[in-house]
Amino acid sequence: MRKYIINSIFLLSIVAIIVSCQNQETIDLQNYMSNGKDIYKAKCQNCHGENGEGLGQLAPPLTDSVFLKTNKNRLACIIKNGANETFTIHGKEYKEKMPAFPELADIDVAQVMVFVTNSFGNKQGFVPYTQVSTQLQNCK
Amino acid sequence: MNKIISSIAFCLLFITILSSCQQEKKLPFYGERHAETVKDAAGVEKIDTVYQTIPNWSFLNQDSIVTTNKATDGKVYVADFFFTSCTTICPTMHRNLMTVYNEFKTNPDVMFVSHTIDFKYDRPYVLKKYAQKLGVDGAKWQFLYGSKDSVYTLAEKNYLVAVGEDSTAKDGYIHQGYLVLVDKDRRIRGAYDGTKEDQVEQLKKDIPVLLAEYKK
Repeated sequence: MRKYIINSIFLLSIVAIIVSCQNQETIDLQNYMSNGKDIYKAKCQNCHGENGEGLGQLAPPLTDSVFLKTNKNRLACIIKNGANETFTIHGKEYKEKMPAFPELADIDVAQVMVFVTNSFGNKQGFVPYTQVSTQLQNCK
Repeated sequence: MNKIISSIAFCLLFITILSSCQQEKKLPFYGERHAETVKDAAGVEKIDTVYQTIPNWSFLNQDSIVTTNKATDGKVYVADFFFTSCTTICPTMHRNLMTVYNEFKTNPDVMFVSHTIDFKYDRPYVLKKYAQKLGVDGAKWQFLYGSKDSVYTLAEKNYLVAVGEDSTAKDGYIHQGYLVLVDKDRRIRGAYDGTKEDQVEQLKKDIPVLLAEYKK
């Protein structure tokens, strides 16, 4: 009986070690997703909606994976500096101005960008903060 | 046997009394009130409570047509204050108000009135574009433009909603996000925070209650 208990504890601890051994990127992704969600709620949700559905023709939905993919390298700049151009999303034109969010630090932009590009049916994966920082320095 | 019958009868009587005691639900009255001596139809003097009412108004709507209180007279309506370039609470308010609008779209006794507080930029054609992009068409939901003085006075004195210019605010204006429910006699019967979904749900429940008051 004693042997049995010891054996099972041993097995359990091995399983625990394996589970905790997730790679760093998965942990970072989860971290960004949870912080990004809070930022999204505070800054983006009023126009883009709880489920990224947008608001009429006033604010575009965030569910167009193709748009998000083709503009992958511009997303950080759009989030931080806003936009004043026509976007075609799901085949519809959106012309309203998007406000800038100068109060967002680079890490905030990275987190909210990762959240948006991995929610609402999007699945672009993780982008590290350092990469977003470089993108932000090269905004046009 | 007699005992059983009488006890059943007693129970039934009790239930009838209880159920008849239920008062019909009425919405409260907002704002100031005072007592006034009025004469009823038979010419008998009596004391009645007079509630605060929305005064006459006249503004330009999204089609640049002069619109007055005649548009809402005899109707239950929801009023709010917003501006088109607002990026904070207005999108949420109007997203939620859209769901109310859609629910009562076919009811001719219900109307919606949105006043802009941006007297500099929100000219009627700007309001028209905004309404179209929001997905509103027709006269059921009026977007009204007026001078700063007329709109701000109406908001604060009559609808009891705080509005103001504020150069430190992100978009240049501050205001409360209340959706104000007004009855057919221009009295305020409810105020709901348009940014909170549960309060907007309550508004959807209260509109039929208010309409029912007039169906007697």
